[in-house]
Amino acid sequence: MISLAGRDVLHSWGKFVFTGVGLGLLIGVTLTMAGVYRGMVDDAKVLLNNSGADLWVVQKNTLGPYAEASSLYDDLYRSILAMPGVARAANVTYLTMQVRQGNRDVRAMIVGIVPDGPGTPGYLIAGRQITRSHYEAVADVAAGFKLGQVISIRRNEYTVVGLTRRMVSSGGDPMVFIPLRDAQTAQFLKDNDAIINQRNRTTANPALNQPGVLEAVIGSQSSNPYVNAVLVQIKPGHSPEQVAEPIRRWQRMQVYTRAQMEEILVAKLIATSSKQIGMFLVILAIVSAAIVAFIIYTLTMGKIREIAVLKLIGTRNRTIAGMIMQQAVGLGLLGFFVGKISATFWAPLFPKYVLLEPGDAVRGFVAVVIICILASILAIRAALKVDPAEAIGG
Amino acid sequence: MEGKGIHIEGLSKRYGEGDTALLALKHVDMQVAPGEVVGLIGPSGSGKSTLLKCLGAVIEPTSGRMILGGDTIYQDGWTIKDLRALRRDKIGFVFQAPYLIPFLDVTDNVALLPMLAGRSNSESRQRAVELLEALDVAHRAKAMPSQLSGGEQQRVSIARALVNQPPVILADEPTAPLDSERALAVIRILNKMAQQYQTAIIVVTHDEKIIPTFKRIYHIRDGVTYEEAGEARPID
Repeated sequence: MISLAGRDVLHSWGKFVFTGVGLGLLIGVTLTMAGVYRGMVDDAKVLLNNSGADLWVVQKNTLGPYAEASSLYDDLYRSILAMPGVARAANVTYLTMQVRQGNRDVRAMIVGIVPDGPGTPGYLIAGRQITRSHYEAVADVAAGFKLGQVISIRRNEYTVVGLTRRMVSSGGDPMVFIPLRDAQTAQFLKDNDAIINQRNRTTANPALNQPGVLEAVIGSQSSNPYVNAVLVQIKPGHSPEQVAEPIRRWQRMQVYTRAQMEEILVAKLIATSSKQIGMFLVILAIVSAAIVAFIIYTLTMGKIREIAVLKLIGTRNRTIAGMIMQQAVGLGLLGFFVGKISATFWAPLFPKYVLLEPGDAVRGFVAVVIICILASILAIRAALKVDPAEAIGG
Repeated sequence: MEGKGIHIEGLSKRYGEGDTALLALKHVDMQVAPGEVVGLIGPSGSGKSTLLKCLGAVIEPTSGRMILGGDTIYQDGWTIKDLRALRRDKIGFVFQAPYLIPFLDVTDNVALLPMLAGRSNSESRQRAVELLEALDVAHRAKAMPSQLSGGEQQRVSIARALVNQPPVILADEPTAPLDSERALAVIRILNKMAQQYQTAIIVVTHDEKIIPTFKRIYHIRDGVTYEEAGEARPID
């Protein structure tokens, strides 16, 4: 038996191909939206993986350090190091800001780390790790910095000594690692006028302007003894929860395991964004279905006379329905492949990470086929209603 | 006469009910023998198309009896369930416009019917080519319908009507879009094919130039048929 659908497509291939390409671009956008969501989730997981931590010790009753602000004294890590099951512990600070390099500035997450401690970038693609206590930086390559370049963070300048890759915040901003002390300073650094103003206010306060007291107060005001979190690595053979529980109990801190932190990042921090993308996906799927239905319906209505003749000469309904459905599915397949190829090519051009997962492609493929089958029902109904008598005049 | 051709007895068709009812066919009787070509003529609204649609098993008559190819297909109700199969196997259609399937080439337009009937592609195409040769359009076998002249298209549509060797062919104004020469050529082909395949053919027409070529003509007016028999004018 001749493939009526195939012959019709070959006969008007130009119309079919252009329609398929148009549909494909829409499917490409849909796949990219899914990729944006996957990229956000992956960014969140990368943030956890790259920290190298098993536990995050943060301020009590907060979801810090990524989802909420958290502030701890920077000497707390010593007590944590003494807790059972703790192998390594190190302070860490995070602050998102604009980093200047020459005439441009880049939105980046500044990470204050203890060199060689937990939180240090796991691997470099160029250069070396931070070895000095001040004014060195390791940057994610997505920031666009090069080795040896000087970057400005607040009032201080740092030399880029190493480059790393896929070290991003949950928002997708590239990370710039600097020594912890510098990051603590940068976090609360006041300008000179503000420092003078604060000193004058403190001096003017008779309760503080006492011999021996004034210097101590001013000293405490000009330093920052806080960090955002303590990253903890546990000894082999200990479970994260086993180690976390005594810290919660005795240090009276909030401790999150990796699973809990992943839950915070994925389910809470990017929850609204993922719902937003989910809505876009639903709308795009509906629009795609409507377009396929409209195209197939229009193509079918253009063949009403031929369908009437086919019915009159004895063509079965299922042959006519099969022809329409095959064309709809063919259009969907063409659209899917155009969309997949388009998404693959344009995904790297997006400023944020777009992760096109094979699983999503398979789900998208199945969805396209189902949508095309459903969309063809309208046209099939119209075709089956055609009266074969229309082929006979009168 | 209840042979292999067309036999109609007291066929009526009513549209609507009650005060608005319209009796389009009133106890029509008609016989067409195998190998015979008869004309069916009448003014617009006389019931020609209704009769053709009833014969084509496209609309259901209200009462009467229809025998096509020796099988009673209607006797105060359809006696055959699968009307599509009936149309495919027992009735060939030739339309005013050829209505060829635009995305199939000439051979496949003709071969489609036997394929729909379950015959193999090669057998169907071979049969199609034989008919195209008989109708003198085999040289256009690979052409698409849009590449054919009006006369060629109509010959292909006749080949399509004949390909399943139906006992009956219904031709609805098959010469309307053609000039005199081509119109007469089509009637000549229909006569030749009727003889060759022992097919009973009814030609609905308004075409004055072909009316004299029929041996027998059925006139239809207000749903009533009258038979006129006479000497057919030689076509050439």
